[in-house]
Amino acid sequence: MTTDKRVRIGKRIAQELRDGDFVNLGIGLPTEVANHIPPGIQITFQSENGMLGAGGSPEAGAEDPDLINAGGGFITALPSAAFFDSALSFAIIRGGHLDITVLGALQVDQNGNLANWMIPGKLIPGMGGAMDLVTGAKKVIVAMEHCDKSGKSKVLQQCSLPLTAKGKVSLIVTDMAVMEVNPDGLTLREIAEDYTLEDVIRATAAELIIPPTIGKF
Amino acid sequence: MPQIITAREAAQLIKPHSRLLIGGFLAVGAAEDLLDALVRENTKDLHIVVIASDYEQRGVGKLVVNHQVSSAQVSHMGTNKEIQNQMNNGEIHVELVPQGTLMERVRAAGAGLGGILTPTGIGTTVEEGKQVLEINGKRYILEMPIAGDFALIRAWKADKAGNLIYRKTARNSNPIMAMSAACVIAEADEIVESGVLDPEQIVTPGIFVNYLVLHEPSASQEV
Repeated sequence: MTTDKRVRIGKRIAQELRDGDFVNLGIGLPTEVANHIPPGIQITFQSENGMLGAGGSPEAGAEDPDLINAGGGFITALPSAAFFDSALSFAIIRGGHLDITVLGALQVDQNGNLANWMIPGKLIPGMGGAMDLVTGAKKVIVAMEHCDKSGKSKVLQQCSLPLTAKGKVSLIVTDMAVMEVNPDGLTLREIAEDYTLEDVIRATAAELIIPPTIGKF
Repeated sequence: MPQIITAREAAQLIKPHSRLLIGGFLAVGAAEDLLDALVRENTKDLHIVVIASDYEQRGVGKLVVNHQVSSAQVSHMGTNKEIQNQMNNGEIHVELVPQGTLMERVRAAGAGLGGILTPTGIGTTVEEGKQVLEINGKRYILEMPIAGDFALIRAWKADKAGNLIYRKTARNSNPIMAMSAACVIAEADEIVESGVLDPEQIVTPGIFVNYLVLHEPSASQEV
């Protein structure tokens, strides 16, 4: 994915964060969100390997071998940080104490189903903490490219890959659009500035509800 | 009081077909000296329970590369191609378990619980073949406890009573794994006299710990 697209997605999702939120960012693209926190709001990041108050990357040479994020990268601890064991970490996650989790996806569908942990016969990394995060966080936001490398839509009527969780996604932010999962279906909220409505409809396999006014981002 | 032994002596306690609960998260907080000693003993047919299969040269991945593992309960394998290869060719049987569920299943065994009820995995393949209970209108999967013959854990400091404290994100699954094995071996960066550690700060009380091994910084392959 190009840097432009990453930044666009990260920036847009950062606007969903509210002052005081506790947030868990998945590995990869979701971490971009941390670079775009609007000024004046304070966010506490959880890392599921056992900390709250995760900070950014350390300066070269200042890495602490005992201080990593869930992706294995070196991080820093903010003055407000707390460390805890993995069972407590997942009690926080599963118990509904996190305001937002942002996760990547292989597929997502119009009913808020998410598939992001395996491609049968091809790639089986495992679900790690993703199933717990999607089950427990108050709000689940998917960050992903709208289409896969071969140009096929990742926003589907129904996921074909094994699910991570059923009906838990509430917002999908891609390089092309912002879409909201409602009881009525998937509603198109915003279109990226260099795309048209037709582009988005063409790139979306899900049935999209098109409201009278659609924003730009 | 736990006995202080060498990593080699600890590894020799572990027989083929043992079930090992192994602490660590992507090799941070892994008992590297114990794992290295176990590689040297070349003990086969091990069953491992671990959050992630780590890397091929660090953490539990070393046991996999040396073909010592016949089955695994693990939540993430994305950083270790070798375990995926061995799973695909039938050498290792893998049960993928959501990370939070894995922790509670292990904790349940040590806490004397008959199982746990979790909403994680409802509506997914994780639910298949398991009992699902509806409680107050919400569906939960009944997940069974996981106990070990041995736990291999890594602490920052131990005292001679076996009380343990950990350092930063190296804590991770270690306190959980320490609760649920018949024999718990803790590798510590430092072993101090009883009374040196503040009792208010102890994370794992010594009642869980059978053996202590002093970590030798030069002996392991950690970075």
